[in-house]
Amino acid sequence: MENTIKITVIDREEVEHVLDAPTDMAMNLMELCKAYDLPVKGTCGGMALCASCHVYVRTDQDIPEPSEDELNMLDSAFFVQANSRLACQIKLNNSLDGMVVKLAEEGE
Amino acid sequence: MGELNAHTNTIETDILIIGAGPVGLFAVFEAGLLKMRCHILDVLPQVGGQLSEIYPKKPIYDIPGYPSILAGELVDNLMKQIQPFQPGFTLGDRAETVEKQTDGRWLVVTQRGIRHLSSVIFIAGGLGSFEPRKPPIPNIERLEDHGVDYFVRNPELYRGKNIVIAGGGDSALDWTIYLADMAQSLTLIHRRTEFRGVLDSVEKVMELAHSGKIRLVTNAQVTAVHGESHLDALTVQHDTEGAFQLPTDHFIPLFGLTPKLGPIGEWGLGVDKGAITVDTLDYSTNVPGIYAIGDINTYPGKLKLILCGFHEATLACQSAFKFAFPDKKLSFKYTTVTGIEGIPATSEKV
Repeated sequence: MENTIKITVIDREEVEHVLDAPTDMAMNLMELCKAYDLPVKGTCGGMALCASCHVYVRTDQDIPEPSEDELNMLDSAFFVQANSRLACQIKLNNSLDGMVVKLAEEGE
Repeated sequence: MGELNAHTNTIETDILIIGAGPVGLFAVFEAGLLKMRCHILDVLPQVGGQLSEIYPKKPIYDIPGYPSILAGELVDNLMKQIQPFQPGFTLGDRAETVEKQTDGRWLVVTQRGIRHLSSVIFIAGGLGSFEPRKPPIPNIERLEDHGVDYFVRNPELYRGKNIVIAGGGDSALDWTIYLADMAQSLTLIHRRTEFRGVLDSVEKVMELAHSGKIRLVTNAQVTAVHGESHLDALTVQHDTEGAFQLPTDHFIPLFGLTPKLGPIGEWGLGVDKGAITVDTLDYSTNVPGIYAIGDINTYPGKLKLILCGFHEATLACQSAFKFAFPDKKLSFKYTTVTGIEGIPATSEKV
């Protein structure tokens, strides 16, 4: 399908979900997860102001570097690792085809 | 406007609005047009909800009539708009319990024990009440209020004590600066090398560390709390240098706030995925006299938008009037025709 890529999201129970992700709808990864009813809260609506869409990127994709806002937020998040990102800051585009991410544990 | 009944020490009002975000504030306006008095209760010390707490400097583009408005400005404007109706405020306090009285009114008692009596309750709680984010440290709950404090309520408590603050934001920096002189020892622990607080505070903290007044441990996290009836030590895990123990009287983790539904979740209201289910006819809940408006409610087709919350508040007020004053006639008026007739102030600030 044109303008559709595959993204694999591994949930907190280690279940793999292979998602068809549209790249022509200005969607981000947090919104994609919510659209598929995966347990991602996205509390702040995508402003990098909560860490409820914290994920670990398992594959080597060309994702733009995190913004200062995202780094600041990750700074106060828990369970942060070197490959931590906020899904709301990852805009879906064709270069992300085949990406694998794992949902981080939920902080209190 | 909530009236304080001196005899019972209870705030009495027509509508108790839980949540001082934009939707809760606008409900005061719509209620005021119907001559209903309002009192607003919020867990945060200031009005505005997430607009003030999370994104005051961010622009909002979908408020009708405003091509762009900063969240903080919208809150200021709403406060001006509701000023004629003199709402009362209980801020920095959380609604804990609700109880139906024999006269049909609701009694809501807060965490601090303040009593609010109202004909109707509007829950405009947004994402829920903002509560401190607790670091995922095993058994930390056991020592909460016994050496583990998520807020600095009384700085004097820390005089002459061994204090550890964790976090890298403004509140961690500000309290480090404030408590540095009072504490016996103060250690600031941060996961990264860089701090994201305002530059001035960062510089002050660096100076304090340089002069030996505080100990700064970066690239490290607290991974365990120790103590029987009271905290006595922490385990700190450094990214490269391993773990060490730190004798501690008080541990203050400052990782910001996160919204939780809180005690309202136990009020017997219909809840679906953390949101309160309502009837879109008037945004009433399953409990007559309790309404839920704004981001905290859910119904088929729900959109979490401020502008939708304004609409919900408006319809809920019409229904609330009929509920509170079943014998009175309600006539619908345009503000352009009738203007704004305020309600005289007799409110008590709590």
